[in-house]
Order: sequence, then structure tokens, then C-alpha cells
Amino acid sequence: MPVTSIEKDAEALTLTVKAEFDAPVERVWQIWADPRQLERWWGPPTYPATVVEHELRPGGVVTYFMTGPEGDRHDGWWLIRSVEEARRLELEDGFGASPDDANPSLPTMAMEMTLTEQAGGGTVMTIETTFPSSEAMQQLVGMGMEDGLRAAMGQIDAILAE
Amino acid sequence: MPTDAGCVSEAAVLTYNQMVVRYEDEAEIDRRLRALADATRRDIVRHVLRDERSVSDIAAGYSMSFAAVQKHVAVLERAGLVEKRRRGREQLVRGRLEALRDVHQGLDGLESLWRERIARVDSILDDEGETPCP
Repeated sequence: MPVTSIEKDAEALTLTVKAEFDAPVERVWQIWADPRQLERWWGPPTYPATVVEHELRPGGVVTYFMTGPEGDRHDGWWLIRSVEEARRLELEDGFGASPDDANPSLPTMAMEMTLTEQAGGGTVMTIETTFPSSEAMQQLVGMGMEDGLRAAMGQIDAILAE
Repeated sequence: MPTDAGCVSEAAVLTYNQMVVRYEDEAEIDRRLRALADATRRDIVRHVLRDERSVSDIAAGYSMSFAAVQKHVAVLERAGLVEKRRRGREQLVRGRLEALRDVHQGLDGLESLWRERIARVDSILDDEGETPCP
């Protein structure tokens, strides 16, 4: 399995996915940098994605739409925060036609993707997603070091297990 | 090596529905997270998870005013994290476990979304071509 670890931090509300691929970093970078390849994995097969705009530069925008089984259309966008070719990509991932026309009832997630070359020529891809909105994230990052929510979550788990 | 990662799976549809189609649920989770982004409010939630407590009882545990505690309780109530009921002159507050469980489930939904995506990426990198469904 290419997924090597998934860490959920209920306190910082981040999800960190690590996956290892038997391909060089330049190749793995292409799944993000080439819109035709991106279309093949971003949406589920039943909701194929069509990438419209694709500008991987700071401040650039990627827009796409997914087409559902009933012909229903779902628009989404990325707002690119920073790009380091074949190494790192930081973006905001939102719903709606564009960042200026974001769907207010859906959360915007912050995402950071890093590629690390492995000794054997493989690549580790790390994706940290912060759930669920950028405003919530800023608030939530501020409390990241506090153990309050962790304690609350631990207690909830204990109660649920009773 | 061809895999079936590119094929339609029920899990993928479910995940997508969870993440995108349930707009209102997501907005609800967002409200809950915001409400929990405050140390006092998290503390209040902890106190009322097991036992119902009156607002004045809760307020006695903090150095802030009764009104300030009441305000925190109101934020939690709007977020659906606690519920209030009246008993005589008292207002009793109780934590809603199921609401907190939703926060966890939101993270779980995101996890399955990424597992599916990584499987598709792996399939693209593996065979560099179309993956026919069996």
C-alpha cells in the first residue's frame, strides 16, 4: 500500500497523509503540475474532474468542476499560496466557481504538499490538510499547543467506549 | 501492475457525498469547531458531558461573571454542542455527545477521501495508462 501513515490530530484539526511511491520526485510532481493527470485522481471515478484553469504560481488559481452520475456539476478551486517545483505546494482548497466566488456554506481547507526523495529513488509525498476552513484553522492553530481539546477528546472517546 | 484503484467504488461515492454533498453538515461542523476554539468553552463542554449542570453551578467554577459564562453557554448551544432546559428557576445544561462525535467523523471522511486519492495516484504511476475495470 502506498499510504504509509495517516495521522489525525483532533486538537489541531489536521490530517497528515504520508504515501510512498516507487517513482522519482519529478514524476510524482507531475500528478499535481499536469492538469490532465490531476483530473485522473482528484475526483472519484464517479465524479470525474475537469480542470479549467491551472496556474501553479503564488496567487495563481486552479479551477475545476466534477461531473456527477446525474450530470450534476460541482465547482471547486485552489488558490496557490506557494510553489517549489518538484518539492512543495501550498494551497487553499475550496468549493464554488473561484476564490472570489467561494461557496460560503462549504469549508475551505488549507493544504501543504511536500515531496521528499528517498534513498532508493522513491518519493514520499506528505499532505497536511487542515480541516475545515481557513478562519477556523487560524483560530484552531492558535490553540494547537493547548491540551484542552485533546483532554476533551480523550474523555469523549472514553465515554463512547463505555 | 494494474490495480482496481481506478474503478468505481461505493466508498468513493460515499466519501464524496460526505465531503461535498452534505453542505449543511459541513457548515454545522464548522460552527462546532469555532465554538470549541476557546479554552473556557471546551472546559464547559467537559464539565457537562457526563452530568447536567445548572448555569450558576458552572459559573461558580470560573472567575468571570455569570453573564460571561452564560454567553459562552449560548455559543455552545448555537453550535449544537450543548442543550439547555429549564427546571424551575434554574437553567440546566448538558453536553451533546453526538455533536462531538461529528467532529471526529469529519476527520474520518477526509481520511477516506485521501486514501482513495492516493490509491488512484498509485495506479497512475504504476501503469502510466488506463486502468480497465475488471
